[in-house]
Amino acid sequence: MRIFFSLFAFVFTLSISAQTVPSAIVQTIEGKKVDSKTFDNDGKPFIINFWATWCAPCKRELNNISDVYEDWQEETGVKLIAVSLDDSRSAARVAPYVNGQDWDYEVYIDINADFKRMMNVNNPPQTFLVDGNGKIVYQHVGYAPGDEEELYEEIKKLLE
Amino acid sequence: MWGSKLGLSSIRPFRLFNSFPFFLFLSVISLHTFGQSDPGEIHGNLNVDAQYYNEDSTIGATVPPEQMGINAWGNVIYTRGKFSAGLRFESYEPSMLGYPAGQPYSGTGIGYRYVSYKVDELEVTLGNFFEQFGSGMIFRAYEERGLGVDNAMDGVRLRYNAGKGLYLKGAVGRQRFGFEDGFTKGPGIVRAIDAELSMNELFPSLADNGKNITLGGSFVSKFQEDKDPLLVLPENVGSFAGRARYTNAKWNIFAEYAHKINDPNVQNDFIYKDGQGMVLQANYSIKGFAFGLGAHTYDNMSFQSDRAAPTGFDLNVNFLPPLTLPHTYNLPATLYPYATQPNGEVGFQGDLVYKFKKKSKLGGKYGTTIAINYASVFSLDSTAIPNDENLDGYKTNFFSPGDQMYFQDFNIKLHKKFKNKSELVLTYINMVYDIDVIQGKPGDPVIFADFAIVDYSIPLKKRHNLRIELQHLWTKQDKGNWITGLAEYTISPGWFFSILNQFNYGGPVDTKQINYPLGSVGYTKGGNRIQVNYGRQRAGIFCVGGVCRQVPAANGLSVSITSTF
Repeated sequence: MRIFFSLFAFVFTLSISAQTVPSAIVQTIEGKKVDSKTFDNDGKPFIINFWATWCAPCKRELNNISDVYEDWQEETGVKLIAVSLDDSRSAARVAPYVNGQDWDYEVYIDINADFKRMMNVNNPPQTFLVDGNGKIVYQHVGYAPGDEEELYEEIKKLLE
Repeated sequence: MWGSKLGLSSIRPFRLFNSFPFFLFLSVISLHTFGQSDPGEIHGNLNVDAQYYNEDSTIGATVPPEQMGINAWGNVIYTRGKFSAGLRFESYEPSMLGYPAGQPYSGTGIGYRYVSYKVDELEVTLGNFFEQFGSGMIFRAYEERGLGVDNAMDGVRLRYNAGKGLYLKGAVGRQRFGFEDGFTKGPGIVRAIDAELSMNELFPSLADNGKNITLGGSFVSKFQEDKDPLLVLPENVGSFAGRARYTNAKWNIFAEYAHKINDPNVQNDFIYKDGQGMVLQANYSIKGFAFGLGAHTYDNMSFQSDRAAPTGFDLNVNFLPPLTLPHTYNLPATLYPYATQPNGEVGFQGDLVYKFKKKSKLGGKYGTTIAINYASVFSLDSTAIPNDENLDGYKTNFFSPGDQMYFQDFNIKLHKKFKNKSELVLTYINMVYDIDVIQGKPGDPVIFADFAIVDYSIPLKKRHNLRIELQHLWTKQDKGNWITGLAEYTISPGWFFSILNQFNYGGPVDTKQINYPLGSVGYTKGGNRIQVNYGRQRAGIFCVGGVCRQVPAANGLSVSITSTF
């Protein structure tokens, strides 16, 4: 047991200050490999959302944000990065779904779940807000209609 | 300074865990943080599911001697620059009924640990890792914690970006098997290499045209000692696969072929026939319109790093993706989900999505989406070999479907959002389901089922939302008809309340008209979520990504907590 306690002590003595986006390789819909560490939005905040084509609340969330996304972008310059957790079973459904729904998000597929593991996501949907300096400042797990309003308030706070 | 604070010198990880990577994990962290200003970052998460069981003979719910079950795990990942290390504690005291899918998990200990370092374009990982080549037909080490599927490798992995679009991967190790105060490993050694070439990184003119061609090839082999007194079993079993993907702004076309050299094992009844598989996908999509076609065949493609693995869930080296649509609604998802038949199947599917534009007549303010999907899966067209002296089992023509239909699914979904922001989703599903083949229930007749589902969501006031789901299943086979009603009330961003009832009627036994009520309350704050359920849970099949496990009927109180930090 001693090693467990030491480890916990170790974890908590490390300064858990603001976290940054860790490095993992994800793919664009075209199959191009991109390091998540390079995600940015020219100094403006961006959202990282984990979703999947088989996840009903995920799709509800991204469809609801899609309805207001133009306004969000105009007012804050925010960008949404939608990371699909579809595996080789359903990854082929990502592009048709994204285009079929007319989403304007930047979409990646995390086929080996490497980025999901590095971000410690349990179950989708899970949403992270990253500020202009690359620090993760807010996160939310699950989706209930209206959650996007809280997210938008958090985005606006960053611009104050 | 960190090292001295913790007294790391007094810890003996070797004796405690008999594990080199764990020792490395601590020592590298202490080395790296010692006397440096950047302490790195710690990320982690936690997942706890617990259930207290009540006896309920009506639904066949049993109570384990411990009266409760708990599955818990937590990951801690440390990153600093190009270095990363992580581990996961797991605890099953005891595991919940029906969990995991394969080998039992028991006790508390470390289920996963690794260290990883990047030097320029080379990434080295020591310890546990997950990896996948192509669609996974010859290699996929992955986890679905909710199912208890985890065939993580334990060994070493290299990933190298050679430049000009060439990506190389290599891995050697043994796979996670079960869990007894720590993960246990299977007897076979897996060796895997993969090369992928992205043509538009090699020829930038392609990229300018918005086109990309990716080519990939992999070789995977397993070694396991032959201790069989009668048969001469191959100790090294090799497999190879080749794949190609073409994409442009509208099209996405993928093909992969895999071949496996003779691999007699429990799953294929120890036949020496080679295995082969092929996956084909083509999708076309533009804004508001998409269609997709898919086909695959798997012939004797069960590939486990122990030829005598106790179940089909254990020690899988590969993953055979099903091409059927994973349903999200409770009745079709948990009663009759499809699972790939690794010994042989041929499947076809097609998708169509169309969105009536916003502000058009049928589209309304937000647009209306219609999605149609069809899939069918057949047996292999195979004939048994008479006087089968070479133990080849059977003969088959490549990609030729047999007479037996395992599964068919036609479904249509209509999604409409109204001016007042209420949303309506209508779903109809027609299904043919060979429960004998798919769920291994010999003698049970093929199921013909129709499902109709109404899902209506309406905001009642700011951030308050009510969602109602009504599902009906009509069938004359299996347990007969089901009706499911769900009411879900959410108050953003925190609260969640729901009442679910499932009612089984019209089955062969008239007296068995059973209700399954279940109430839930959940609370979310940031990355933390807690949910409490009380009531009856129907026996069913819980699937993620086409892998399914049986969940027994249960009655009682369950709690689920997830957290990310």
